[in-house]
Amino acid sequence: MKNFLKFFLVGIFFGIVLVKSEAVSWYRIFEMFKFQSFHMYGIIGSAVFTGVILLLIAKKKHLKTTQGTYLRVPPKDNGLIRYIVGGSIFGLGWALSGACPGPMYILVGTGVFSMLIVIAAALAGTFVYGILKRKLPH
Amino acid sequence: MELIKEPWPWYVSGPCIAITMFLLLYFGRTFGMSSNLRTMCAMGGAGKYSEFFKFDWKSQKWNLTVVIGAIVGGFIAHFFLSNPTDISLSTETIKDLHELGFKNVGNSLLPPELFAWKNVLTLKGIAILLVGGFLVGFGTRYAGGCTSGHAITGLSSLQLPSLIAVIGFFIGGLIMIHLIFPILF
Repeated sequence: MKNFLKFFLVGIFFGIVLVKSEAVSWYRIFEMFKFQSFHMYGIIGSAVFTGVILLLIAKKKHLKTTQGTYLRVPPKDNGLIRYIVGGSIFGLGWALSGACPGPMYILVGTGVFSMLIVIAAALAGTFVYGILKRKLPH
Repeated sequence: MELIKEPWPWYVSGPCIAITMFLLLYFGRTFGMSSNLRTMCAMGGAGKYSEFFKFDWKSQKWNLTVVIGAIVGGFIAHFFLSNPTDISLSTETIKDLHELGFKNVGNSLLPPELFAWKNVLTLKGIAILLVGGFLVGFGTRYAGGCTSGHAITGLSSLQLPSLIAVIGFFIGGLIMIHLIFPILF
């Protein structure tokens, strides 16, 4: 149980941050894709900037995880089609529903239960990908 | 406390998201929200239909715990840490949404035109949520990650595949908002 507590707390922190930043808002996503505000770019940009610095410090200090291994980000597989096509399909859905997978769950917590329909559809999408995976170019 | 209840500026929120990513890496895991969709499919027995879902989903319980925490976090933030204020969207955004037929823009986190039950339970309403969700679920698994896995974690570790994926996110998003929305609304 103690092992799971830290993940639960990280989740709570993440949920609070995304609500307070308004990144869970459909309106903010629309505004971002219209390039009408710096807000979302500021969030993503400063997150990546901070992330780069934190990872550089971890590397420099040879920081170890609580599991005893060196802290590192697993490398993504090489590829082009899966990233550009898969990414675009996700982008279409992100703009339409205004929610990526993190906010989907978080919004249920804010009392938007119709988001459960989006989550169910996302599970269906994942399932269909799993079925078609071997037939798709990657 | 009053400061917490106001909307947080981007320069506070962004670094906090990076800390979330970093904490999970520090615990020997990675930050990736869409992976949970695959885990939930596996839990539901999808392994019977595809090798993709044949893995030890119990090893992902930590990530499902993050999800439960995120739901609780959303609840806490919305009901205890927020003053009822409108989202301070840009005036152009409000004007554009008015033209598309959206009213009371920014009064709530999400437009009631899409998420209030009376609109969800119309053919168009339910189709939008189902199609939107389906594309997110399919696209994230195809691309191997979403905003958390690619845009935050992947870019922070300077990975080219993630940059390509994020470009894809924008291709899709821009097509939806600029080409499809005018037909849809």
